[in-house]
Amino acid sequence: MAQTAQRTQAQKYVGGGVLRKEDPELVTGQATYTDDITLPGMLWVMFVRSPFAHAKINSIDLAAAKRKPGVVAAFSGTELAADFGDGLPCAWPVTEDIKMPRHPPLATDVVRYAGEPVAVVIAESRGQAKDASEAVEVDYDALDAVVDLEQASADGATLVHDEFDSNNSYTWTLATGEVDKIFSEAPVIVKERYLQPRLIPNAIEPRGVVVQPVPAQDEYTMWSATQVPHVLKTMLALVLGFHESKLRVIAPEVGGGFGSKLQVYNEEVVVLALAKRTGRSLKWVEERSENYLATHHGRGQIQDIELAAEEDGKLLAVRAKITADMGAYMRLVTPGIPLLGGFLYSGVYDAKAYSFECTGVFTNLPPTDAYRGAGRPEATYAIERAMDALARRVNKDPAQVRRLNFIAPFDEPFESAAGLQIDSGNYSVSLDKALETIGYDKLRAEQEQRRQSTDRMQIGIGISTYIEMCGLAPSQVLASLRYAAGGWEAATIRCHPTGKVTVVTGTSPHGQGHETSWSQIVADELGVSFDDVEVLHGDTAVSPLGMDSYGSRSLSVGGVAVHYAAQKVLAKAKKITAHEFEASEEDIEFRDGKMQVKGAPDKAKSVPEIAFSAWTAHNLPEGMEPGLEENYVFDPPNFTFPSGAHVCAVEIDTESGQTYVREYVAVDDCGTVINPIIVEGQVHGGIAQGIAEAQYEEAVFDENGTLLTSNMGYYRIPSAAELPSFTTDRTTTPSTTNPLGVKGVGEAGTIAAPPAFINSVIDALAPFGVTHIDKPATPERIWTAINDAKGDE
Amino acid sequence: MIPSAFEYEVASSVGETIDMLGRYDDAKILAGGHSLLPLMKLRLAQPSALIDIGRISDLSYVRDAGEEVAIGAGTCHEDVHFDSLLTEHCPIVAHTAGEVGDPQVRHRGTIGGSLCHADPAADLPTVLRTLDAQLVIEGPDGQRMVAAADFFKSLFETDLGPHEVLTEIRVRKLKGAGWSYQKFHPRAQDWAVVGVAVVERDGGAAVGLTSMGETPLRATGVEEALASGEQPADAARRATEGTSPPSDPLGSGEYRKAMVVVFTQRALEEALSR
Repeated sequence: MAQTAQRTQAQKYVGGGVLRKEDPELVTGQATYTDDITLPGMLWVMFVRSPFAHAKINSIDLAAAKRKPGVVAAFSGTELAADFGDGLPCAWPVTEDIKMPRHPPLATDVVRYAGEPVAVVIAESRGQAKDASEAVEVDYDALDAVVDLEQASADGATLVHDEFDSNNSYTWTLATGEVDKIFSEAPVIVKERYLQPRLIPNAIEPRGVVVQPVPAQDEYTMWSATQVPHVLKTMLALVLGFHESKLRVIAPEVGGGFGSKLQVYNEEVVVLALAKRTGRSLKWVEERSENYLATHHGRGQIQDIELAAEEDGKLLAVRAKITADMGAYMRLVTPGIPLLGGFLYSGVYDAKAYSFECTGVFTNLPPTDAYRGAGRPEATYAIERAMDALARRVNKDPAQVRRLNFIAPFDEPFESAAGLQIDSGNYSVSLDKALETIGYDKLRAEQEQRRQSTDRMQIGIGISTYIEMCGLAPSQVLASLRYAAGGWEAATIRCHPTGKVTVVTGTSPHGQGHETSWSQIVADELGVSFDDVEVLHGDTAVSPLGMDSYGSRSLSVGGVAVHYAAQKVLAKAKKITAHEFEASEEDIEFRDGKMQVKGAPDKAKSVPEIAFSAWTAHNLPEGMEPGLEENYVFDPPNFTFPSGAHVCAVEIDTESGQTYVREYVAVDDCGTVINPIIVEGQVHGGIAQGIAEAQYEEAVFDENGTLLTSNMGYYRIPSAAELPSFTTDRTTTPSTTNPLGVKGVGEAGTIAAPPAFINSVIDALAPFGVTHIDKPATPERIWTAINDAKGDE
Repeated sequence: MIPSAFEYEVASSVGETIDMLGRYDDAKILAGGHSLLPLMKLRLAQPSALIDIGRISDLSYVRDAGEEVAIGAGTCHEDVHFDSLLTEHCPIVAHTAGEVGDPQVRHRGTIGGSLCHADPAADLPTVLRTLDAQLVIEGPDGQRMVAAADFFKSLFETDLGPHEVLTEIRVRKLKGAGWSYQKFHPRAQDWAVVGVAVVERDGGAAVGLTSMGETPLRATGVEEALASGEQPADAARRATEGTSPPSDPLGSGEYRKAMVVVFTQRALEEALSR
């Protein structure tokens, strides 16, 4: 399957630490975000949201709101219901018999989570819209709320959706090998239960929508803080019955997404529908406290994982059973998120048999969906914690148990226990490097000394050796998973007569640096200057074809599409060159950035020169179309499988539970690196977000489904002050899935870090007899675990 | 995060502030705004007017007043933190001002604002209560002094009348007495889960507690135990007496009670070793 690129060209930019070309505009405040867009005559939209997690709507009285200063219009969900067709889309019905309720953009008769919108107000200013939204009177009858995931799944539970006989939406299974037989015979069984609390995505830029209609033409332009302008356009056209070519969606600069902007949101649908109704330009920008309720949440699972092993710790089989919190509705890819981890509960370990079962359950809480890592952090957390439990059980060092079980190094696809065809991997080399870098033996010696002296400050070391699957592809495999879209990506390369090059990509960066990385690839491949390459994205009028950015797919699918488009440009350039020099194509080679006749370096032309010839079209081969512009749509043959080893060392104040990350070493293998500075940034941000999840973050609700961690004071996100300087390193095992050898790195840190951190906490508390702690390991949880363990003695 | 509409006035003197407060039913004084504005954005506070005293430079000072140090109520935390008089004569105040919030907050937020907001999770009110500070208040009827012990009435409630302004805080010089402020906060920018202030005095120490009730508290049990000669570790066990800590996502009441003992012991040990 491996394909070799024509790399006669020297690598001038790829692999180098080229500074991001996006940054000058961003750091000087010249970039345009959705909230920067102001249109003539524009009005502000504000949503009225339910304070109840589950309630019957008796009536909505808009009269007082309509009398407020500056108010232009106000609508209840019922008044607008006819505009919304089949409601908000879910593109991933994971099983044939999945229970999938209609999801109205505005609730009409029942609200099913606190924060669900029920009405909308339009006013001259944002403040007026806010004041008016508070004047809308909604009469509710509160109903019992389904908050606890286990109770929601049980027989006889209060129903989130009356039309179904249970809150269990689907059960999806995967099994290979003789799992039950192995478990019945294995000498060692490790059985663990882990919780994945809900997380609230906190992109620095909250969501926002601006719509400009041209009523006479029934045409609409939408700016949205979205990761997915292409998906959004198609879905909006489907939901509202618009002609797709009359709708243009622009994702201007987007300040972070982490999966939370991979969505077709209520507000996007409603604001567009209102622009059609009113013929006015409209704007809505999310408030931060609104973000906490109305943007989809991440994670939310109960994980039961069992390992069967030999006495020496050799793994035989893995059995994982997941209960996954869907929230009140199925959003765009809600049901599929846990399944993205469904193939990874055996991690980087060689097992003979594997089974995975996931049940998706409705609750009266905000819907869940993709959040950085999406399914894979959950899987990695479970297997990496279970491997530590196995190590404790067989009384071995966690590094030793991992080495015993690693899949041996391979560079041809290897079939994992879960049936994945893993492209390439070398797991022990990453772990060795990470342990050496952190000084594992020395740390263990210090730990022993502190234990002996019963020091108040104890240290712990935690390991996480992870694998993930990126690229969300190929399309046929997605079809077999009942995913409604493809996994391809599009690219166009346009060589201008002036020598400049435009690259159009279907990916939609929101912080990743595609403009820089794609420019590096194209500059090297076409032999042009990095500064002469301009990358366009995020506007459906500019890049009509695209699948956008999520799941660490952009480089491994979109960047590879750019590479193939460049190869097509070179192929045409070669034909033109051969024609001009009256040589045969076989005698032309691309060398030192020029197409030249072999053995005659004076007979050579650069791509910019050839682009000029192609533009004048004075002397082209018979029948050739003028111009030098090529498109390529890449549908990858497989996923890519980044991997690595992370080691975390913590210091814990055992009187208070306060925990300090002392050192953190990450050795990642993301295949070929295009830009090491960008990779470094992704890894650092990912680790920070992973530690945040493990140590600080958790959405906490009361028994009525009211969010208690409703603002940044209570929902704790660490700052730089709480984190150490990370030590990062790499191993490079090029992917065999694509000719660039790239694997993706956007989610690696978030996937690897949580178990590394939690394993280190449990390790530190071993002298007290602590063997389990839930995420997030807050000081109070640690203090409680120590006290409980003391009480057990 | 959008406040209700309000009037905004800039006062150029304390006298003018008092006049302006008299003109509105429900005006609030705006100093640094770092507690008030977030509450307004959440619409938990909806004052009809803000009287901005941030430009009254006369309210920003630290000066030697003989046996005492006088601090203008409008002095920002950063200036308190780095003030040389306070560092010399009342280092616990300078130190604690550097523990408030983050650098942005410390450059805008003021010592008077922190006292008047009366959040029991705030650090400086506890320290000033522990120091038995005197507060100078001006109002339509002239000036009066109130002891910190009498100033804090309840959660976010003080002795300050609707048309009164806190202008100055007076603290006695410590003359080398040992001190400590232990702030337990998992993130640098967090409020204290618990905070403990200790100032050594003849025959023991004054001990104040943050986040352990509706107002900053004095740990009188600990003070008594120390006065009767108990060791810090034993005295600290009485830190929970008379407390009623909140339970919130930052910590349960039970945890706060356990932590106040841990950090009282640490504060005592640090203060008595200085």
